[in-house]
Amino acid sequence: MAPVGPRSGDAIFSSIDRVNAELFTLTYGAIVRQLLTDLEEVEEVNKQLDQMGYNIGIRLIDEFLAKSGVSRCVDFKETAEMIAKVGFKMFLGVTASVTSWDADGTCCSIILEDNPLVDFVELPDTCQGLYYCNVLSGVIRGALEMVSMKIEVTWTRDVLRGDDAYELQVKLLKQVAEEYPYKDDE
Amino acid sequence: MIGVGKMKQYSNVLDKPLSKGKQEVSLTAFAFLFSELVQYNQTQVDNIAELERRLEDAGYAVGSRVLELLCNREKGNRRETRLLGILSFVHSTVWKVLFGKVADSLEKGTEHEDEYMISEKELLVNRFISIPKDMGTFNCGAFVAGIVKGVLDNAGFPAVVTAHFVPIEGQQRPRTTILIKFADEVLKREARLSQ
Repeated sequence: MAPVGPRSGDAIFSSIDRVNAELFTLTYGAIVRQLLTDLEEVEEVNKQLDQMGYNIGIRLIDEFLAKSGVSRCVDFKETAEMIAKVGFKMFLGVTASVTSWDADGTCCSIILEDNPLVDFVELPDTCQGLYYCNVLSGVIRGALEMVSMKIEVTWTRDVLRGDDAYELQVKLLKQVAEEYPYKDDE
Repeated sequence: MIGVGKMKQYSNVLDKPLSKGKQEVSLTAFAFLFSELVQYNQTQVDNIAELERRLEDAGYAVGSRVLELLCNREKGNRRETRLLGILSFVHSTVWKVLFGKVADSLEKGTEHEDEYMISEKELLVNRFISIPKDMGTFNCGAFVAGIVKGVLDNAGFPAVVTAHFVPIEGQQRPRTTILIKFADEVLKREARLSQ
């Protein structure tokens, strides 16, 4: 059977089961609130959100590869395009755009105009250091690590802190060669 | 660049227009997020009752916000004062908005006057969850029970809400029932209003 070509983010999103974004938004808010009550330190909460995102990302990548039917990306540029156009659309129903490529092609910015995680959210003065959407950076990190890419993700713009959009800077640190879990000789 | 407009910046989140509520995310995104919520809470507690309580607390927060949002958007800021009114609001409107369909059934308890049950063949949150044998009667529906409790408490109908599995003949997965037990004051008030 000939392999099915990669489907567009819109096509996949309309074919999968969906839930109301508000349930998603409110559940995420409940999680952040629980973390803030338990951990109290904003830095700790940031780390915990990133860790949760990482756990989600390592499982999300399987679903992504299965539903989207994409083949191996040729270079990091294609990877970033896939994440922004297909990945975000498939899971969050919004499209992101990729900009600001550096000379090597290893560092870029993913920009989100619309973000279902932050509807109805306002950061109080006591939580100014909080990266509310840090779970997204963990998801991207976890997902790419499962396909042998080590990356670093930082937030450069955040609407909750007064900017006009969400901007994630994704930097490829290295591509790890795939290792077999067993040795041939043994 | 010509033609590219910036999103209007609202300094106050309360000034932003309220969305119509039609935006959707994938079911798997929600399922992953919910599983992280449960896993995180598992690390914070020692026993199942605590875990259920924490999930219920998380759901409570969701429920109180959902009530405000829906009262404003769907009902034009009218307030429910009768018991059946608030129950059918939860059973139809809240369920429809959050889970995409009305709840399977709403029943009045036969043994006690103050008990009502909302049943669902398969709760959305439980769809991808399997409970290991050593966790006994733990039900992640405690999150949904919390949502219902949040809605009822903030609408002025204090109640104790719990989620239970009810095995059904001929079905592999048990049905989930949300049991609502209203406080005395609610019943007294209802009796007074009925006269």
